[in-house]
Amino acid sequence: MSVRKPLPRWADIALIPALNLTLAFVISGLVVLMVGENPFEAMKILLYGAFGYGEGFGYTLHFATNFVFAGLAFSIASHAGQFNIGAEGQAYIAGLGAILVGLALDQTHWLLVLPLAMLAAGAIGGLWGFVPGYLAAKRGSHVVITTIMFNFIAATFMVYMLNNVIKAKGQMSPESESVINAGKIPQLREFWDFFGYAPVNVMLFVAILALAGTYILLWHTELGYKIRTMGQNPKAALYAGISNSKIIMISMTLAGAIAGMIAVNEVLGVQNRLVVDFVFGYGFVGIAVGLMGRNHPIGIALAAILFGALYQGGLELAFYMPAITREMIIVIQALVILFTGAMEGLFRAPLETFFTMLDLNKKPKTQKQEG
Amino acid sequence: MKTNKNKSFRLSVLAGGVALGAMLAGSALAEPAIIYDLGGKFDKSFNESAFNGATGWAEKTGNSFREIELANDAQREQLLRKFASTGSNPVVVAGFSWAAALTKVAAEFPDTNFAIIDMVVDLPNVRSVVFNEHEGSYLVGALAAMKSETGKVGFVGGMDIPLIRKFYCGYAQGAEAVNADIEVFENYTGTTPAAWNDPVTAGELAKASFSKGADVIYAAAGGSGLGVLQAAADAGKFSIGVDSNQNYIQPGSVLTSMLKRVDVAVASAFEDGTTGNWTSGFNVMGLANGGVGWALDENNADLITDEMKAKVEELSAKIQSGEIVVHDYTTTSSCPAG
Repeated sequence: MSVRKPLPRWADIALIPALNLTLAFVISGLVVLMVGENPFEAMKILLYGAFGYGEGFGYTLHFATNFVFAGLAFSIASHAGQFNIGAEGQAYIAGLGAILVGLALDQTHWLLVLPLAMLAAGAIGGLWGFVPGYLAAKRGSHVVITTIMFNFIAATFMVYMLNNVIKAKGQMSPESESVINAGKIPQLREFWDFFGYAPVNVMLFVAILALAGTYILLWHTELGYKIRTMGQNPKAALYAGISNSKIIMISMTLAGAIAGMIAVNEVLGVQNRLVVDFVFGYGFVGIAVGLMGRNHPIGIALAAILFGALYQGGLELAFYMPAITREMIIVIQALVILFTGAMEGLFRAPLETFFTMLDLNKKPKTQKQEG
Repeated sequence: MKTNKNKSFRLSVLAGGVALGAMLAGSALAEPAIIYDLGGKFDKSFNESAFNGATGWAEKTGNSFREIELANDAQREQLLRKFASTGSNPVVVAGFSWAAALTKVAAEFPDTNFAIIDMVVDLPNVRSVVFNEHEGSYLVGALAAMKSETGKVGFVGGMDIPLIRKFYCGYAQGAEAVNADIEVFENYTGTTPAAWNDPVTAGELAKASFSKGADVIYAAAGGSGLGVLQAAADAGKFSIGVDSNQNYIQPGSVLTSMLKRVDVAVASAFEDGTTGNWTSGFNVMGLANGGVGWALDENNADLITDEMKAKVEELSAKIQSGEIVVHDYTTTSSCPAG
């Protein structure tokens, strides 16, 4: 075992994700075959639905926007050695900030609403990340436990708020009033008919800025250096004079604030009102996006587009192939997450052995030439 | 300027959508469509009744229809637009939760007809179908009170909303009409749409009511109601089904079912929409026009005595003639009974 060398970089960032993805699609294809549909036809619908026409592509980009935020929320914490699985709750509760700003300033201008909504959503989401961060830093509670508990607290709290505090009058379902003017942030379709009715909006650019900003923060600032140092070796960081507890709290707060951007995208960009469960699992998928993207902004962007395509293509599949039900779509998405996220190491060990053997075969040859 | 631009854009989207639909699914033009709510197509209750209406129409006319199950609250607008833009007409949505999404999408597609069940959307291309559930619930409440030996009956609702309180209120009034001293236990499975698909919680609520002495429980909880029916069968007590005829699910234990003819509403929307007889507006289905009722078949024939049957038919006639006015919870947000 110890003779195995680490993989070459290209194999780590390209070959392993490609192999995992292929395996996931092969097994999904078998599942499709089992319900009596043609897997190639299903693949065609999925790809066409996700990339083949403007509206579908717009939806893919819209979902990808959410996954970028969720992936970054996971990755920033991950660089600090914290496994943040609370993006779901952080985004959900941040919806309060987004809708309250949207409703309060509905009669003004979106240029005012958007930054303030981002600020409010970021603050509430950040708070929801800060508390588990504080508990981890000062009380030693594990963030995996606290963030998942905070997801439940957020979910029940939001149901309470929606039912008892901000429910729209005359409405039976738990929904807030709708924003109608400035609260609707600009959609790309208003400028480009290509996108049809797809709700991709200015938050797409915010997501791109967030990717670039995260890259600069983590690799080109002092704070980023501290975060990465602490994540890789807390003891060495402490010895170097970095306050571990402070870094944990800062990184968890940042993660929560970025997760909060999902709320701005969904609440003001799509629904125009607060609805139950608007986060739709984006926060959890963000974990897979972060893992698959190797916690690097470029990887996260690519993984986000992949999952965006799966979400949008999956819906098209359910639409055009009635035999494939909503539960089947979840099975297919789960298989991709399973193979790319949870079983990421499946091919690693055999590949490492394979590449080590290649190296061993090479070495005797060079020795011969020398001799 | 702006409207012009929007219109041409909408047309191009429509054209693109129709071409796509035709390419992928054969002829999608003018096919009616139905979207089920979160409870799922086979909830053996509300959504299944809608499904039965749609399939019944398809068998009768030999035409086909399109359908999809909603997977999440956030998808409503996307699915509605998807059907409208690929040429489905009319598009029927089952459930009150569609109101906000439909208000938005119906305005975007003025040439497509929509129907919504259980809620009112006031637009020129929308048919709103509502039911007098309080009248049907009144009848099954009377049956429950006549069947009960303990003088205690139960109610398990789905999501706690005015619509379901309307079921409860009618039920309690019917029970009190037969036995003024009756005690009615009122429970709800939850406060979000997930409450329609949670048979475990509903079953536990039923067991709690049984342990307090109830011996008949009315489940107005969509897919969750199956848990109540199961709990009643396990405990050797009686349950009352809802929306579809659920008597067959636990024969001998389901006392009756409060029928809400969602199937009729769906089938007539499909029929009117495809034959050019579409009418928009407000459509109330009650006891008088067969929109609600109670189920009697071979599965529960032994449970209903001739005396009970005569009494319910008498009450039914009085409601239809206006002699008995069943209070509708949603008009005052309060209930005189229970």
